[in-house]
Amino acid sequence: MTNANLRLILGAATALGLGAATQTFAQDSIYVPLLTYRTGPYAGSGIPIADGMRDYLTMLNERDGGIGGVRIDIEECETGYDTKKGLECYEQVKPKKPVVMNPWSTGLTLSIIPKASVDKIPILSMAYGLSAAARGNVFPWVFNPPATYWDGFSQMLEYIANKEGGGVEKLKGKKIGYIYLDAGFGREPLPLIEQLSKDFGFTPTLYPVAGTDMQNQSAQWLNVRRDRPDYMIMFGWGALNPTAIKEAVKINYPMDKFVSIWWVGEDDVKAAGDGAKGFRELNWHAVGAEFPALKDIQTRVVEKGKSQSPKEKVGSNLYNRGLYNGMLIAEAIVNAQKVTGRKVVNGEDVRRGLESLNVDEARLKQIGLEGFSGPVKLTCADHNGHFPTYVQRWDGEKFVKDSDWIKPMSAKVDPLLEADAKSYAEKNAPWPARTEACDNKS
Amino acid sequence: MNPLYQIFVDPFVQMAGAPDLFAQTIWEGFVGGMLYALIALGYVLIFKASGVFNFAQGIMMVFAALTLVGLHEMGVHAYIALLLTLGVMYLLAVGVERAVLRPLVNQPDIILFMATFGLTYLLIGAGELVFGGNPKTMIAKELGLPSGGIDFNILGGLVSLQRIDIAAAVIASILVAGLAAFFQYTRVGRALRAVADDHQAALSVGISLNEIWVVVWFAAGVVALATGVMWGARSNVSFALQIVALKALPVLILGGFTSVPGAIVGGLVVGIGEKLGEFYWGPLLGGGIESWLAYVIALAFLLFRPHGLFGEKIIERI
Repeated sequence: MTNANLRLILGAATALGLGAATQTFAQDSIYVPLLTYRTGPYAGSGIPIADGMRDYLTMLNERDGGIGGVRIDIEECETGYDTKKGLECYEQVKPKKPVVMNPWSTGLTLSIIPKASVDKIPILSMAYGLSAAARGNVFPWVFNPPATYWDGFSQMLEYIANKEGGGVEKLKGKKIGYIYLDAGFGREPLPLIEQLSKDFGFTPTLYPVAGTDMQNQSAQWLNVRRDRPDYMIMFGWGALNPTAIKEAVKINYPMDKFVSIWWVGEDDVKAAGDGAKGFRELNWHAVGAEFPALKDIQTRVVEKGKSQSPKEKVGSNLYNRGLYNGMLIAEAIVNAQKVTGRKVVNGEDVRRGLESLNVDEARLKQIGLEGFSGPVKLTCADHNGHFPTYVQRWDGEKFVKDSDWIKPMSAKVDPLLEADAKSYAEKNAPWPARTEACDNKS
Repeated sequence: MNPLYQIFVDPFVQMAGAPDLFAQTIWEGFVGGMLYALIALGYVLIFKASGVFNFAQGIMMVFAALTLVGLHEMGVHAYIALLLTLGVMYLLAVGVERAVLRPLVNQPDIILFMATFGLTYLLIGAGELVFGGNPKTMIAKELGLPSGGIDFNILGGLVSLQRIDIAAAVIASILVAGLAAFFQYTRVGRALRAVADDHQAALSVGISLNEIWVVVWFAAGVVALATGVMWGARSNVSFALQIVALKALPVLILGGFTSVPGAIVGGLVVGIGEKLGEFYWGPLLGGGIESWLAYVIALAFLLFRPHGLFGEKIIERI
């Protein structure tokens, strides 16, 4: 046998072997990649979220042998919260047939939205990403429950109006500062702010913070001191959050008038010391580890050395945020198995599973998360749900609930979302019309 | 309002109308500028001694601060942790000299520059492996650094100085002055300047390049530690701090890569300039101009002083 023939045979054998291995891999497990960031400037926010997501799915593998008897193949890809690296991760995991993509970056989400329908991989951008993606008829492959950034902003306005005595008319004449990461994430609510400021008569003052200046915000806060906004709203991430809170303390900005979107962790506030008492942020789930599912994570994952999280971080705000994301992934797979009757589901199946997601109180109790969060239900038309959130307050040691559940201003936000979705489709023409069948119209 | 008025008149009217805010802005810029100067000094020292732009200076700052906080978290007393961190930075200097500089001696500058890239990723990896990627709170209180602020009701308003910022400015000034004196008046300093002028000539008069490199890299490590402590206390200790170090680039363009006074003046010009720019002119451009304004200031200076404010004018024969 010549060397060339030998190489050909070996090559063919290797290819067959690989093919067989892939086949076995595909039949034995459900592949769930997690695009995370445990390194770089945003690791402070990324690590607890990655831990929460991973630990919940690992717990299902350890306790139940996976979902419906099929093990979940969890793989992390480090993006560093960098869209370019995130896209590399996307291409890297794509051949392994992921059933759902969790980008954990608004910038990355915006980049892969056009790919989702082509690659048949649903995107789960949980409470981040493109707000207009809530419109399932335009974005059948994108899901962003339980609330959009636009919902969140309107909920903060509602909270402010309530503090002022109730009714949005109380916003009239107020000056509302908006400090934000000057990136896709922070810029996302700007069109809404422009519209709502006209509708409600408040004056917005904008304080963008470049990614390179996250730890160097004194000029922005001097502007705050000069402008004296009645309230401050923050859309921060990574190192922006602790620095902003420290700077706010430094200029004696009243903490009870400083409200953030849902991305501030305990460590971000602790860094500012006692002066941060009273700081507020939105949330939609509980903080703490006193839930059966979290106890299972402690005993079956953390204590067995299968988690990267320190024990004391289990139950913290952003850890639970990641856990909630893990729960949504798992429930979408459970649903996909129900809808299709198949145990080993693919991306198209999970898209259907997400579209008919219905995690009600009974289901939350069943999965060990009773009272952890409100129910979440999606439909073909509504991929978000626009669920209420509440405001939590930092008491110096922990976050405590500070308000009732606050509904988004849907009457104002929904038409804007509709218009934005339409505008997105027009700008990205020819945007494919929805052809996917609907399992759940209401 | 007339745009020309907004650009050329209104900011100065605001400065005169609220002198307390003007003073506050200058102070914030001064503190930031001193810290930029300190970072730039680390670059200058190494550039002078080995002719290489040390890309790893930013991560050295993070690594030093992480080591300090990490050791303290392991139960080591703050001051002992500080000494041990200095020891680690010394070992790093020796390691760099042995593993990077010595084998690459006489190689083109670009090779050495690329080696500092490698060092950057090595330190990032080592830092994350040992201490994790989670941000940490600087042990400012344990190190005896002050906290809180002092308010002055002056200039028709309030000027508030944070004690940690005062400490940062004082420590940075002492370090800058101390290092400048050390390299100006001591035997090692003269040797460094000889090495900076001509490696071969320095070798011919018995100066040990290897020793000088260790001393300089250790000095850069000390500077990195001081900057990491101060900036970490103002924000937190995380890998995001290395981005702050990039602000030293316009400082170096402005001050020149070989000038210690240039680093100081450049740091202050950039620090104060960017704060004034962001505060008085930023709103005209939608805010957030600080991130690029420093480079514009540096480029404007380059138009008139291509070698920087204090850089050496090098004439090469062709």
